[in-house]
Amino acid sequence: MALINVSGVSLGYEGKAIVTDLNFSVGKGDYLCIVGENGSGKSTLMKTLLGQKSVVAGKIEFGDGLRQNEIGYLPQQTEVQKDFPASVKEIILSGCLNGCGIKPFYSKAQKKQAADIMKRLGITDLSDKCYRELSGGQQQRVLLARALCATKKLLILDEPVAGLDPVVTKNLYHLITEINKEGITVIMVSHDIHAAIEFASHILHIGNKPLFFGTKEDYKNSDGCHCFICDGGCDE
Amino acid sequence: MNIIESLSSYFSYTFVRYALIAGVLIALCAALLGVSLVLKRYSMIGDGLSHVAFGAIAVAAVCGTAPMTVALPVTIAAAILLLGLNSSTKIKGDAAIAMISVGTLALGYLLLNVFSTSSNVSGDVCTTLFGSTSILTLSKTDVILCLALTAVVILVFILFYNRIFAVTFDEAFACATGTNTKAYNTLIAVVTAVVIVLAMNLVGALLISALIIFPALSAMRLFKSFRSVIISSAIISVACAVAGIFIAILYGTPVGSTIVAADIVSFIFCFIAGKIAKKS
Repeated sequence: MALINVSGVSLGYEGKAIVTDLNFSVGKGDYLCIVGENGSGKSTLMKTLLGQKSVVAGKIEFGDGLRQNEIGYLPQQTEVQKDFPASVKEIILSGCLNGCGIKPFYSKAQKKQAADIMKRLGITDLSDKCYRELSGGQQQRVLLARALCATKKLLILDEPVAGLDPVVTKNLYHLITEINKEGITVIMVSHDIHAAIEFASHILHIGNKPLFFGTKEDYKNSDGCHCFICDGGCDE
Repeated sequence: MNIIESLSSYFSYTFVRYALIAGVLIALCAALLGVSLVLKRYSMIGDGLSHVAFGAIAVAAVCGTAPMTVALPVTIAAAILLLGLNSSTKIKGDAAIAMISVGTLALGYLLLNVFSTSSNVSGDVCTTLFGSTSILTLSKTDVILCLALTAVVILVFILFYNRIFAVTFDEAFACATGTNTKAYNTLIAVVTAVVIVLAMNLVGALLISALIIFPALSAMRLFKSFRSVIISSAIISVACAVAGIFIAILYGTPVGSTIVAADIVSFIFCFIAGKIAKKS
């Protein structure tokens, strides 16, 4: 059974659909990249997957024991966070909140889990640093660690490399690929079609109607791909 | 020596002891909440709510009921309303806050003027706005009510500390991972309303925001983790409240504005200390 099954879904605001008849499924261990122009409904789709919006029509089903609150989410940074006084440890631990139930505090096991994830992402030495004093790439790693605390199955990333320089971007992509290889399914919303083709296993290209869903090999040979890449100023 | 002697003579009066207890408790609550409000960009909501509380107290005065019984529910209702408006797009948040705060202020003054039975309306208004003497006229019931409400605020804050942090730092993430952000925002607004109504006794309606905002901003200059900011903000706030009350008693200055003056001094001190710490 697929992790997520989307069948005949229409998305939109106040009943007005901007994306209609969307069909795709995400299997365990997939790396799906959602690409599309601005306003094509990428972020609406993501919010719907996260349960913050309801579908206009159709059905989204979770399989494999995935629950709505067990999705690790890496949102875009907000204005509030830029001068927020919080230590890295505090932020990463807040990812464990969905495992707390009604308990008010974090358990020892959760603290250990957070420490393990910090180690795995190589940010243990940042643990007591202040979030607002980190570089952009370090901040994204911290938020990624927090997302990993919230899930064992699925990560949803919203433009994770926005505003990062090329070297840091590349490192972050490799890190995400590694996490994916360790068995966590990744769904990434991105403008960066080249990175999508390089790293993802599946591509969903949405516009006013679903243009393409399939593996990246198929995508490279499709019309939508060529069109989109050329729009981006590439001569491929 | 002289100062200590005169202070201890003042402390033989119960009303001075009551004032100090209430002052410390209110300052503590205001500081705890202030950090979250400032970080969530809700500072102006605090200001708006204090004006609503003024309007409510004016209504209570006209009807001859106890101020708290009217002010508490009205302010809580306004807090929930303001929060709802803040997230709707029809009237932008800051305009809604300005509208409600100025509106209630004007209506409150109008009511007091038209229906007041007191011979000294402007004196009454001044007291409500700047809290000049009301902290020194607290009864035992007032102090007990203050103690109870403070205990509730602190308990709520400790129990929901991790969730308040999550909602303050990143609402989108908290919501996506199953935290009921709407409920916690409402909780924060309701607790803010309670603290504001409490704090009206101490510093008056116009100066409450200072009590909420200054300690949080001072603590943020110096500390880098959420927990240390909260703790130091509480300490700064209580210290300023105690210093303000002492100075006010000794030199006969108005209590509210003296406390706020102490907060301003501490902010300037923290600001400079923060700059120096950054350079070194």
